[in-house]
Amino acid sequence: MDLAFFGVQLLNGLQYGLLLFLIASGLTLIFGIMGIINLAHGAMYMIGAYLVWDLTLRLGNFWLAILIAIPIAVALGLVIERLFLDTLYKRDHLYQVLLTFGLILVINEAQRIIWGGDVHSVAIPAPFDASLQLTDNLQYSVYRLFVMGVCLALAGIIYWVIRHTRLGIIIRAGAVNRDMVEGLGINVRTLFTLIFSVGVALTAFAGMIAAPLTSITPGMGDSILITCFVVVVIGGIGSIKGAFWGAILIGMAETFGSVLIPSIASMVIYLIMAAVLLVKPRGLFA
Amino acid sequence: MKNLKKTALATVLGTVTLMSASAAMADNHPVKVGLMLPYSGTYTALGEAITNGLKLAIEQNGGQLGGREVEYVELDSEANPSKAPQNMSRLVKGDGVDFVIGPVHSGVAMGMLRVAKQSGAITIIPNAGLEAATNQLCMPNVFRTSFSMWQNSFPMGKVAHDRGHREVVTITWDYAGGKEDVAGFKEAFEAEGGEIVEEILVPFPSTEFQSYLTQIASIAPDAVYTFFAGGGGVSFVRDYAAAGLKESIPLMGSGFLTEGNIAAMDGAGEGVLTTMHYAETLDSEENRAFVSAYEAAFEVTPDTYSVQGYDTGAMLVQALDAVGGNTEDRDALIEALASVELESPRGLMSFSDSHHPIQNVYLREIRDGKHEVVGVAAEQLEVPDDACQM
Repeated sequence: MDLAFFGVQLLNGLQYGLLLFLIASGLTLIFGIMGIINLAHGAMYMIGAYLVWDLTLRLGNFWLAILIAIPIAVALGLVIERLFLDTLYKRDHLYQVLLTFGLILVINEAQRIIWGGDVHSVAIPAPFDASLQLTDNLQYSVYRLFVMGVCLALAGIIYWVIRHTRLGIIIRAGAVNRDMVEGLGINVRTLFTLIFSVGVALTAFAGMIAAPLTSITPGMGDSILITCFVVVVIGGIGSIKGAFWGAILIGMAETFGSVLIPSIASMVIYLIMAAVLLVKPRGLFA
Repeated sequence: MKNLKKTALATVLGTVTLMSASAAMADNHPVKVGLMLPYSGTYTALGEAITNGLKLAIEQNGGQLGGREVEYVELDSEANPSKAPQNMSRLVKGDGVDFVIGPVHSGVAMGMLRVAKQSGAITIIPNAGLEAATNQLCMPNVFRTSFSMWQNSFPMGKVAHDRGHREVVTITWDYAGGKEDVAGFKEAFEAEGGEIVEEILVPFPSTEFQSYLTQIASIAPDAVYTFFAGGGGVSFVRDYAAAGLKESIPLMGSGFLTEGNIAAMDGAGEGVLTTMHYAETLDSEENRAFVSAYEAAFEVTPDTYSVQGYDTGAMLVQALDAVGGNTEDRDALIEALASVELESPRGLMSFSDSHHPIQNVYLREIRDGKHEVVGVAAEQLEVPDDACQM
């Protein structure tokens, strides 16, 4: 591999990692702060992609479709949290796992009833439907650069909110000691509803902006869910910073692993997870 | 004396009545056709297309098989291999079907064939392409009306060489179907004197192709041969085009790369070459008649899966006509099925000794969103079935 192609692979790894971060950030917030293992997180990623495909088809504009799809995703998170999760906070993790696993089945089947089993795609929207010539025979879609920019911007915003705002202090405090925060007169129930809705919206949004780069198929979120759990575990549960560096690490590992050591490519990320847990059992940034 | 005559007459009449009654009963007793196909989940569309095609063929025969009415028993396989043996047993022992039609998925086929071996149930596979079904597993009661992975990919090896490609990279998912497909291409391409410079295996079912495309660009081969299907096929072809590789490195693949996927590829598929045992644009009287009948009945354009279902139906029609609707004499029935020859929408089709179709494989190029037939890549191609001696 010469230097130019090495550079392109770095770019590939970074882009994949940033998208993984966007999905994993919602997962780690919900997991770390609410203590909910949300197995239906991948299904929300799929819902985001289908929503934007459906709305783009109806409205003829990708950007408008995203604008309308985001509130729908937030509302979906709200309904799930209030209707189902709210009754299970006092119960054991197993109940939540069962519930969110059931949600995967329900959402996947609902997807099939509403949108059918066919494969769909969304065209790359203007003004990003151009390509850069990277090497003499390889081009790179400008839209991929745009997605990287959006992911970086969102990472910055989430980090700022958690670290430097009053809401962020409450979120961090709520994660450490829920009863104490409640004792200080803060409504934790509302806080949880907010976190869950934002978490769901983040992954659905990842599905939306990834839609033009992937094919939209039933169950498309199921395989990405496992990778995202690996990211969250490596980074440290509940840590946004951890999710970011974990995602970049996994993105690079998958990209270079698949080319340099193809025979164990599918194992690489789990080997990394095992190695990290051996050295730092609570993750890199917990 | 008079009484005796009366009694004799009554007896004769009674016997005649009884005999004709039992004959009538035999005639009315319907042929039971069991369908074990996916009617839910990812492969629903395939299950429905096969069912539609099968019923259309039997409907065109007055809804009868060998002069008998037909009763369908439809069972959702869910494309779930772990439920396959149990589902198959239910059809064979519980419902007592005369034929089992299924499955779509090769994993389900393995489970079904185990029961087919024990029970001897006559099974016709209308899709699953695993080689073993009509080679290593080899059963007189098992037929296939579709393809094998090898059959669709082998002809492309010669096509690639004829087009002047000498160094080719192959890329597929790391699973049995993908590897069987690529092996067929490789066998033919290397026999022609070509060289496979890199065999890329992508973990199944990943559709994250960027790193592999970068690798292909750095190797810069004469052409790329690929097998992906469904969403993976759409992603790969779109990413390949978006990486700007399609102009400098032609993309070839097995027909399933683009089957049912052209619209979702959003123009990226234009110019992609595939080999397959059918194309909706085939210019023959049989195909035109089939397409218009299918469109009239179901209001959708038929695809390869519809044709596989249709030919399964046509096969039953021909075989049961040959044995006069008698499903009791199994040996005669199996013999009749094995001798079926169809003027199918896909062209002439007959069966090898291992009960696999001998058929044409067409070279197709996507032009204006359609599979245009460029030529016949292999005429009446028979698959290797040395492991099967019946």
